[in-house]
Amino acid sequence: MANKNAPLHLFDRPNSYIGQSVPRPEAHNLLAGRGQYVDDLQLPRMLHAAFLRSPYAHADILTIDTTAAADSAGVVAVYSGADFADQVTPWVGELTHLTGLRSPPQMPLAIDTATWQGEPVAMVVASSRALAEDACALIDVQYQPREAVCDPVAALLPESPVIHSEYKNNLAWERDVTAGDVEPAFADPANTVVEQVLRFGRHTGVTLEPRSSVVEFNPAEQTLTYHYSGQAPHMMQAVLAKHMQLPEENIRIIARDVGGSFGIKIHTYGDDIATALAARLLARPVKFIADRLESFASDIHARDHHIKARLAVTSDGTIAALQMYDYTGIGPYSMYPRTSAIECNQILNLTGAPYKIENYHANGKVVFQNKNMMCQYRAVGHPVAMAVADSLLEQAAREIKMDVVEIRRRNLIEDNAYPVVSATGMKFADLSHQQALERLVELMQYEKLRKQQSTANENSIRTGIGLVSMVEVTNPSPMFYGIGGAPISAQDGATVRMDAAGALHVSCSITEQGQGTNTIIAQVAAGVFGVDIKRVKVTTGDTATTPYGGGTWASRGAGIGGEAVLLAADALKQQVLEVAAIVLQSNADSLDISQGNVIDKSDSAQRMSLDELGKLVYYRGSELPAEVQPEFVATRHFRVSDFPFVFTNGAMAAQVEVDTDTGIVKVLDFWVVEDCGRVINPKLVDEQIRGGVVQGIGGALFEECLYSDDGQLLNATMADYLVPMAGEMPDIHIAHIETPTSTSTLGAKGAGEAGTGGAPAAILNAINDALAPLGASIHTMPATPERILQALGEVPT
Amino acid sequence: MKAPDFNYQRPASLSAALQLLHDNDQDAQLLAGGQSLMPMLHLRIAQPDMLIDLNRIDELATIDAGDAHIEIGSMVRYAQLEASEQIKTCLPLICSALPHIAHSAIRNRGTIGGSAALADPAAEMPALLIASNASINLVSTKASRVVSADDFFTGLYETALQPGEIIKSISIPKPGNNSVFGFYEITRRHGDYAMAGVAISAQQQSPLHKMRVVFFGVAEKPLRAHNCEQALENGTANDSGAIDLAIKSLEQLPLMGDQHTGVDSKRHLAGVALKRALQELH
Repeated sequence: MANKNAPLHLFDRPNSYIGQSVPRPEAHNLLAGRGQYVDDLQLPRMLHAAFLRSPYAHADILTIDTTAAADSAGVVAVYSGADFADQVTPWVGELTHLTGLRSPPQMPLAIDTATWQGEPVAMVVASSRALAEDACALIDVQYQPREAVCDPVAALLPESPVIHSEYKNNLAWERDVTAGDVEPAFADPANTVVEQVLRFGRHTGVTLEPRSSVVEFNPAEQTLTYHYSGQAPHMMQAVLAKHMQLPEENIRIIARDVGGSFGIKIHTYGDDIATALAARLLARPVKFIADRLESFASDIHARDHHIKARLAVTSDGTIAALQMYDYTGIGPYSMYPRTSAIECNQILNLTGAPYKIENYHANGKVVFQNKNMMCQYRAVGHPVAMAVADSLLEQAAREIKMDVVEIRRRNLIEDNAYPVVSATGMKFADLSHQQALERLVELMQYEKLRKQQSTANENSIRTGIGLVSMVEVTNPSPMFYGIGGAPISAQDGATVRMDAAGALHVSCSITEQGQGTNTIIAQVAAGVFGVDIKRVKVTTGDTATTPYGGGTWASRGAGIGGEAVLLAADALKQQVLEVAAIVLQSNADSLDISQGNVIDKSDSAQRMSLDELGKLVYYRGSELPAEVQPEFVATRHFRVSDFPFVFTNGAMAAQVEVDTDTGIVKVLDFWVVEDCGRVINPKLVDEQIRGGVVQGIGGALFEECLYSDDGQLLNATMADYLVPMAGEMPDIHIAHIETPTSTSTLGAKGAGEAGTGGAPAAILNAINDALAPLGASIHTMPATPERILQALGEVPT
Repeated sequence: MKAPDFNYQRPASLSAALQLLHDNDQDAQLLAGGQSLMPMLHLRIAQPDMLIDLNRIDELATIDAGDAHIEIGSMVRYAQLEASEQIKTCLPLICSALPHIAHSAIRNRGTIGGSAALADPAAEMPALLIASNASINLVSTKASRVVSADDFFTGLYETALQPGEIIKSISIPKPGNNSVFGFYEITRRHGDYAMAGVAISAQQQSPLHKMRVVFFGVAEKPLRAHNCEQALENGTANDSGAIDLAIKSLEQLPLMGDQHTGVDSKRHLAGVALKRALQELH
C-alpha cells in the first residue's frame, strides 16, 4: 500500500467506499427505462437527417441531381458536398509526433471522388427520418467507378492504383523500431527460430446505442448545442469550433446517457459534422441517428493487420530476438483528430513488452485503401501485439519442448526490476508480471488441467490451453495526443461543492458511457469527504457545467478523473473543517468528517452535522465572523506527468475445445489475473474485465467485417456480423493483484481494455495447443470454423 | 432505416385476407410473424404497396390432430408448437428441431407458414417439412390445392405459391411406430442459421427403410438427397461403409457457399452433420 506509515489511510477510513462493490445508482435509472439517450430528445421544430452513401468503394462522382429529392414530401433541404464547401474547413488526420504521417483533407460529404463504400455523398433533411430516406432514394448520382485498392500489402506495389493523386503511393505512415541487433540471434544455429504470418480481420464496436447527434443552433447568439453520444465532449467542442469557425465558448457539448462507445464515438465523422452544418444553415434542430446498417458501414473499424513475425529463443528458452513487419489498412484517410496510425504505433511499442528482449526490430506500414476508415477501438493495438509475441513464444516453447508457463518464467521482466525501459523505449513502473503468472497458474490449477488434457481428447474433440502475459496502456499523459497537436486534453478536472443540506455535488470532465464512471466518482468523493454515497450527486458530460478535461477513453477515467475528484474532495473537506473549527471554537486539525457529521478526530464524538453547518453558512452567515467567507467549493485537476502512460499488467488463460470435424471452437473456461493498481469498485472492475474478455473472444472467434475483393462490405447486419453471445461465453474467473501506481494518491490504473487486449492471444494459443498434436496451426483471427478446417486440411484453402 | 410508406390492412378472417390479396395481388405482401419481412421492410429490400397482416386471423393459428395427420395452421408460432403436447407426442422430428430455430424471442413471433412461404434456404423448417413428408394446403378466392413439401420449395426464396394464394395450413402425416428421426445442425452460435444441417426420417431403423434425408443451409433451397438415401437404404445407421458412400454421394449435390462458409466447407460440414444425425437417430 502507498503511504504505509500514515496513521489512518484515506482509504481505510470507516466511511471509505474505495474497494467496495457499491451498486451503481444510475443502473436503476437505466433499468427503469429512464435513461436519456440522444434519440430520446424531441425538440420543437426538429428535423431529421438521412445520408445517401456511396455504393462504390472507389468512384468519381460525375453529377449529383437533387431536384426530385428536393421536391419530395417533407423535405426541407438537400445537400451535396459542394454545398458545405464554404461552411466548414477541412480536417486533416495528422499528428506531428507521428513523424511523416500524411492524410489528405477531409470534408463532411464526398466531393468529386468517393473513396469507400458507405462514404456519405449527399444529405437530406426532412420532417421525419422515413421521409428523408424516401428522398435519398430520389437523388440521382452518376458515378464513374474506379479500381478499388483493398489489400494493404498489394496497395504498396508499384502497379497498384494510387487513391490520392497528390501522393505517389498509398503509404500513409511508416515507422521502424530497432533495439540491439536481431540478425546474429536469427543466424545463430544454436537458437530455435519460429516464424509466422498472422492476420487480424477487421471488426467494429457494435455499440448498443448507435452514433447519435442532435444539434441546435441559435443564430441570435451564434451558439451551437450538440447533444452527443460520446466519450470526449471537450474534444468535440474544439473540433466543431475550429472547423465551423465558431468561438469555442459558443459551443456546448452535452452527453447524457451513452449506450456504449468502445472508442467508436471519439472521432470526427462527416455525417455528424454535416448534421451540425445543416442545423446552422437551417437554424433548426437536426437529428441524425446512425442505423445499424450505416453503423457497420461507417463507424470506424479496427485491426486489419497483416503481420510477418519471427522469434529466436536459445536452447534454455531465453528470447534472443523478435522481429516483425506489420501492414495495416486504414481506409482512404487517417481519422481525425486521433489519426489512424496509433494502432500500428502501439503494436510496434507493445509487442513483447512483458518480456526481457534486447534485440528487437519492428517495421510498420500504415496504408490507404478503399474500405471504411480504421481507427482506435477498445484495446488499441493490444490484441495484435499480445497475439504476435505470445503465439510465437508458445510455438517456440513447443519446439524446444518446454512448458509454456516455464518459458514465460524465464523471460518475464522481474517484479523487482522496476522502473524498466523496454527495447521500444516504453517506461514501465509498478508492474507484477511474475506474481500475475504465478497467481494465474494457481487460479486455473494449471498442472491439474494439463494432466486432464492428455486424457480428455476423444473422437473429433481436442482440448487446448493457452496463456498470455500482457501489458495495457492506461492513464495516458499529454505525450499520447496533445503533444502532437490534437485538441485532446490529457488532464481532467473535478469540482466538488457542498450545498445547504450537507450534500455533495461533483462535476467532472470524465464521462459515463455505461461502465459506471459516475459511481466511481461518487465513491471517491463520498469516501474522501466523509458523507454517505447517497448524498453525492454527479454531473458529467457537459462542457457548460464541468471543468475542462479529456473524457473517458484509453482506460483513463478512474485513474485521472478519479484522482482529480480525490484532490477536490479533500480540498473541500479542509475548507469545511476550517469553517467548522471557527463555529465549534476548535482546531481544524482536530476535526474530521464522517457520515455527514463533523466529528472529533480523537474520539469520533459528533460535533455538528454538515446539514447544520450548511444552513448556518448559507442562511445565517451573520453568525460567522465578518472576515470568514466560506466557499464550500473546490476544483482540482490532475494529469500524469512522470510517465507517458501508466502501464498495467495481467496474465490470462483460456481452455478451449476444438471440434476437428466442424472446426468449431468452444471456450470452456477463462481466467484473468489483473493488476490495475488500486481497485476502487471490484464489481465494476470485474465487469469491465469480463466485458473486455467477451469482446476479445469476439475478435478471436466471431467478429469480422467481410469485404468483397472490390471493397463491398458484405455483412452489415446483426444476422451476418457475429458478435459474441452469452450462450457461447465461458465462466470468466478473475483475481487481482493490487500494485497502486505511484503517480497518484488514488493509485488506480486503468482496467477497461485488458480483457480485449489479452483474450485473443490466449484463445489463439489454446486453439493451437489443441491442434498441435495434429500438426496443424492457425494464425488468422477470427479463427472461424472454415479457417480451422482449412488449417487441418479437411477442406481446401 | 425506416420502411417506406405502405398501406396496412389487418383482416380478421381468412376470406377477408384472400379478398384483399385478390384485389391487390401485384402490390401486396402478407405479414405473418414478421421475423424476416419486418427487417426487409426497414432495409427497403421489400417495398410492398400494401401489407396484409395475418396476425389477427385466429382460424389460421390452430393445431388439429386427425387420425393420420396433424394439421398445423400457417399462423401457428414456433412457441406454440413447442408448447403443444400433440407435437411432442406425434412429431418428434419437429419437436427435437424447434429449440435450434433462432432464439425464443424469435420463436415467440415466427410462424410455420411464414417460414415455408419465405423459403429461406438456411432455415430449418422447410427441410423439416420435406423430411416429414408434409403437404402444404394453399387457398385462394377461387380454389384450394395441396402441394407436397417436396414440390413446394422451388428455389432461392422461391415456392410453388401462385399469385392470390395463402398457405392455410400444413399437414404432416403421423409417423408409424417404427419410424426414426435425426436432426443435426452446425452453427457457430446457438440460434444462428446453420453452416450446414440435415433432417432425417426413416420408416424403420433396422434396416433403414424409406428414408428422407434433407439438407439445409448448403444450397439455394432445402435439398433432398436421393442418392444419399439410396446409399443408406437397407443398411443400419452405424454401417460405416454405407455412411461413407452416402457422404461420397454429396459430391453430386448442387451446393452453394455463403459469405462465411465456402462450398467446399459446406460439403464437408454436410457430411459431418449427416454422420452425427445418423448416430443420434431415434
